Amino acid sequence: MNIDSIKNGIVIDHIQAKKGMEIYELLELAKLDCSVAIITNAKSKKMGKKDIIKIDKNINLDFDILGYIDSNITINIIKNDIRVAKYHVQLPDEIVNVVKCKNPRCITSIEQELDQVFVLTDREKKIYRCKYCETSKEEIEND
Amino acid sequence: MRNLIDIKELSVNEISELIKVAKDIMQNPEKYSEKCKHKKLATLFFEPSTRTRLSFEAAMLELGGSVIGFSLASSSSTSKGESVSDTIRTVGCYSDIIAMRHPKEGAPLVASMKSTVPIINAGDGGHNHPTQTLTDLLTISCEKGRLENLTIGLCGDLKFGRTIHSLITAMVRYKNIKFVLISPDELKIPEYLKEEVLEKNNIEYIETNDIEEYMDKLDILYMTRVQKERFFNEEDYIRLKDYYILNKEKLEKAKSDLCIMHPLPRVNEISTEVDDDPRACYFKQVRYGKYIRMALILKLLEIE
Repeated sequence: MNIDSIKNGIVIDHIQAKKGMEIYELLELAKLDCSVAIITNAKSKKMGKKDIIKIDKNINLDFDILGYIDSNITINIIKNDIRVAKYHVQLPDEIVNVVKCKNPRCITSIEQELDQVFVLTDREKKIYRCKYCETSKEEIEND
Repeated sequence: MRNLIDIKELSVNEISELIKVAKDIMQNPEKYSEKCKHKKLATLFFEPSTRTRLSFEAAMLELGGSVIGFSLASSSSTSKGESVSDTIRTVGCYSDIIAMRHPKEGAPLVASMKSTVPIINAGDGGHNHPTQTLTDLLTISCEKGRLENLTIGLCGDLKFGRTIHSLITAMVRYKNIKFVLISPDELKIPEYLKEEVLEKNNIEYIETNDIEEYMDKLDILYMTRVQKERFFNEEDYIRLKDYYILNKEKLEKAKSDLCIMHPLPRVNEISTEVDDDPRACYFKQVRYGKYIRMALILKLLEIE
């Protein structure tokens, strides 16, 4: 399958297969007026299968969201058909308004206009805890 | 400006300093009787707690200060839908320091982000209760003469018991601490505490259902109440509430200098026959609570 290469824009590569759509939604790419291509299950030597997102415009990306979703993602910036930069994302120390705290006892459940802040407490195990109640996403799901 | 939201915010040195001041207050109360003259403490209790509120109020009064506040959310503007942030900004205009209890976890942190005066977390749901932990540390320091080389039995609700979680977090910073964790299977301490606090700090611990199994090894036995308000299911509460009842018989093998603690209020988990045992420290613990809160108020108000 062929997707046209982009002249000026961004290629988000090495996305874990099936995660492309989640990233498309979190980055709110539907709001853009340029072409956006999501390629799922593309062949990858390193990963077997991967997803790729091509954005036909240079926009400001939230690297923190990408790092949180999948820290293996790479971002390629294309200008005049040439890749001018390649970035590797990292697990961010803090994510704001990406995940909602589901602990019914947390202050975020009642206090309006409070940002949903999660803080990285264990980089190895990729554990993020709510800044306010210190509950991790996993603990609430297993409670 | 400093706040106290979580016991982890205090270094071991700062805790030692607070304990030192609290002991000095106990020895020389008159020296401190006017230290907070013209200062006001606001006690904002969005959830009822007579004991903690009175302890804070007594602490401020003994420092020569005065107290304002409320003891029920229904008697505050929260009942009209006011946010925690707005309540705090308002109360900060009337007071020099605020002690706050709230049923929602993280509410005191939100308050501290907006407040113009120091905030003390007086308990936020099942989350943190740092002044209870300071009380416990002062009690251990006074009763055992040390905060190191101790085997501590924690008994009862280890899952929801915030007192237990904070005490473990505070004690792992001292040398040669061992824990015996005594609870029914349903109320064991959360996995994250084992992994992120106990194991990360190489702390020796044993889990058991049996309160008597390691009784002879304990320097401290910390009993807790199974709290009805932490259960969504009443059946579970009824089944577990009387799982452990400490009585004279169960204490037969205990060390003669065991220190029995409880954050109170007690329901059935310590039989009243234990109250006269010289090893029962839970009422002394209440008194220590007032002194450590006095030391904390002085520290946060930066009064020498």
